Parts: sequence; C-alpha cells; structure tokens
Amino acid sequence: MMRAGIGSAADIIGILVSVIVVAAMLIWVERRLLAVWQDRLGPNRVGPFGLFQVVADMIKMFFKEDWIPPFADKPVFVLAPTIVFITMLTGFAVVPFAPGVGIIDFNFGLLYFLALTSLSVYSVVLAGYASNNKYSLLGGLRAAAQTVSYEVFMGISIMGVVMLAGTFNLREIVEAQRDGWFIFPQFFGFIVFLVAIIAESRRAPFDLPEAEQELIGGFHTEYSGMKFGMFFVGEYLGITLSSAMIVTLFFGGWLGPWLPPLVWFCLKTAVGIMFFILLRGSLPRPRYDQLMAFGWKVMLPVALLNLLVTGAVALTLHSS
Amino acid sequence: MELILFYISSAVAVFATVMMISGLNAVHSLLYLILSLLAVGVLFFLMGAHFAAVLEVIIYAGAIMVIFVFVIMMLNQGKKTVDQERVWLRPGMWIGPSLLALVLLGEVLVVIAVGGTAETGQLVNSKQVGVALYGPYLLAVELASMLLLAGLVGAYHLGKPMIKNTRQRRGL
Repeated sequence: MMRAGIGSAADIIGILVSVIVVAAMLIWVERRLLAVWQDRLGPNRVGPFGLFQVVADMIKMFFKEDWIPPFADKPVFVLAPTIVFITMLTGFAVVPFAPGVGIIDFNFGLLYFLALTSLSVYSVVLAGYASNNKYSLLGGLRAAAQTVSYEVFMGISIMGVVMLAGTFNLREIVEAQRDGWFIFPQFFGFIVFLVAIIAESRRAPFDLPEAEQELIGGFHTEYSGMKFGMFFVGEYLGITLSSAMIVTLFFGGWLGPWLPPLVWFCLKTAVGIMFFILLRGSLPRPRYDQLMAFGWKVMLPVALLNLLVTGAVALTLHSS
Repeated sequence: MELILFYISSAVAVFATVMMISGLNAVHSLLYLILSLLAVGVLFFLMGAHFAAVLEVIIYAGAIMVIFVFVIMMLNQGKKTVDQERVWLRPGMWIGPSLLALVLLGEVLVVIAVGGTAETGQLVNSKQVGVALYGPYLLAVELASMLLLAGLVGAYHLGKPMIKNTRQRRGL
C-alpha cells in the first residue's frame, strides 16, 4: 500500500507541524480578513501586520486559569476538547498534498475522512453534556442533530465523484481529474458537499450550537484556558481539512500548470479557507427549524437526484 | 507484529465492553461502547477488511452512537439514576448473565482447541463488496431497505400529532 516517499518521518513531522502552525495562524488571518471585509483594520499592533497576535493570544491562554466547574462530569469534561483536535489531525493522514508527499496512501481514504468527521461530533456533544449547564446542553443537542442530519447527504453527495473516478483512493481521485475538474460534471454534488461540510465544521452560518445571542457560548460556555483553546484551534483545523478535501475532490488537488504540485495544492486550499471566512462575514444565521428543513427537504433530494443522474450517465457511457 | 496488534485491540475491546456493562453512569457506558466499536474496527482492519472497518466507524461509532448519546442527553438524568443503577446492579444480578457468558466462553475454547479458525489477511476491496451486495445478497439488501422504510414511516406517524399541535399553537 505504501508508495515511495509517502509516510517517511520527514513527511509526518513536516505535515503535523505545518498543519498546526497554519491552524493557529488562521486565528489572525480570520480576524484580519473579516476586518477588511467590514471596513476595519483588525489586529495590527503586535509585530509586522499584527502577525504576532497569535503568539500574544497563546501566551494569554496559557496563563489563564484552567477551571473545571464543580458540577461538571470531570473525566468527560477533560476528554471532550481533545477529541476534535485528535480526529481532525488524524484526518490529515489521508490528504494527498502532492505526488510523494503525504502520510498514508489508503484505498478507502475518502471513507476514512468521513469516519473521522463523524467522530469529531462527540467533542461538541460530550462538552455540552459534561458541562452540566442548560445552555451547553442545548448547544450539544443542536450540534448532534445538525451533524447527524448533514452527514447523511455529505456522504451521498461525494458518491458522484467516486463513480466518476471509480475509486475511494484520494490520490487516484486527483489523478482522475487530469482531463477536467470534477466541479463541472458534479456541480450539484459540489454545492451539497460544500453546505454539508460547513455544517459539519459548525462554522457560521451554521454555528447554531454556539449561537452567542441565544446560548451564551453554547457547548463551550464552561470552558476556559487551554481547553477552550483546543476547541478554538480544533475548529480551524477542521476548516483547513475541509478546504483540503474540497480541493482534492472537486478542484483537481495538486494538478495545475507551471507551479510545483505542492504549491498548487496550498494555493487552492488557501482560497478555500478564505471562502469559509467570507461566508462567516456575509451570511446571517438561519433559525434552527429552517436549518433542519433545508437539510432534509432540499439538500437530501438534490444529493439523491445527483447520484441517480450521475449513475445513469456513467452507466450509458460505460456500456457504449 | 500483526498478532500483537490483534491482541492489544482485542483486549481493549473486551475491557471496554465489560466496563460498558458494569458502568453505572449511562454516558460513561456509552463512551466505553464507542471505544469497543472502534477496537472492533481495528480488528476488521487487521484482517484486511478495510471497507468493513471504515463502515464500522462511520455507521456504528459515528452515527448510531451519536443518536444514542443524543437521547441520553435529552433525558438529562443526574445523580438520581446512578443511584438507581447501583440498586439494580446488585452483585446477585450478575449470576445469571455470568453463567450464560461462561457457556459461550466454553464454546469459544472448544472451537479454538479443535482449530476451526477462519483464514485472515485477505484484502477485500469496495468493488467485491458492491458486487456481493447487489449480486447474491440483493434480496437481503432490499429487505433491509424495506425495514428501514417501515421504521421511517413509523417515526413520522408518531411525530405527526406533535407537528399538528405546534401548527395549531402557532395559528397556521
């Protein structure tokens, strides 16, 4: 299963470190970009362009009191923030950064990614339960219902890509896009996947589990210090992983002219991340029942129809 | 190497399952059950059934158990239910289930002693799974889908009076 160059120690350590650094830097990137789009300046005091804002934030977080409420379910309370961190980091194992760069070349890479995103829900759900607080519990309940519903058609929406590529292996999916990116034949699949993956990462406009106006902080109301930091960085890890997957599945991964493959992959992923931030800056949050109705009554039928049509077309092309 | 991994993950699975059964707190028990399912997933993976391993995680650990946790959270039971469980799980309660489990253990030991173990280490790809599902096992797939549809219709029927009530309250 291993190919030359994939899974070497340099690859593993390099990917791990760069992914964590990117996720931490995204805190600054998000604040600056949101500021630009809202006609403000954003954090620009610490270091050049405010680049060291992240360091300042981290120092602040380390020195904060790490408080566990006496009424909380202690072991689960401590476990919850680590789950999102670990699942998202292990998710990067199958991401095909470039030919020869990656951690594992797994035949069911796509399913592995789906498995890890579905496991990451536990983080929020258990945090909501363990905090033993009404607002947290509501946040956890919303997160569970939202992710379970949106997971259904997230899986269905990418089956069109699997049909066209004929494999679950992410590297082979990228190679199958040499003649054209899958966003064109799979446009509806792409739209459904995009909506589902934003809902899975619980980002605005689907951030109902932590809607500040109604639920204080939602599932992380009781969290402080490093545990809150884990949730925070875990969310950015999720965004990075999501845009890496969108790029891999629909935008040809590392493929592109002139520049080396790794640069193409990073550029495309960066654009994806910025799109996530732009969404947060521009879209209002739907009501909870609207969110559920939209998922089950619009997204699921579209995903199923897409699957049906893609299957029919693939079958006719195959037989003729 | 694979044998060591096999024994480690089997030990984790057995330990997690025992903890799941003997636990007093429902959510902690569920967490052990999830751990046990993940360990079984690793076992599938070691046997070369990668597809089954990933599906085990996606469907059991990732979807069904989330709904379990969801329901337990909705019930929102606290210290009271832990005390209740303690009363229910008196030492005397363990005799019957332990005897039944001992019978199973005996059977397993006999099977191991006779040496009727299944062969392992054969890689199964997704195409083989698909061909099997929609070839010889098509009837089973269709029956399962009908069962699921029946469940869906049943859930809708049970939820229907509630939907009507909320509509009336909102004056729709």
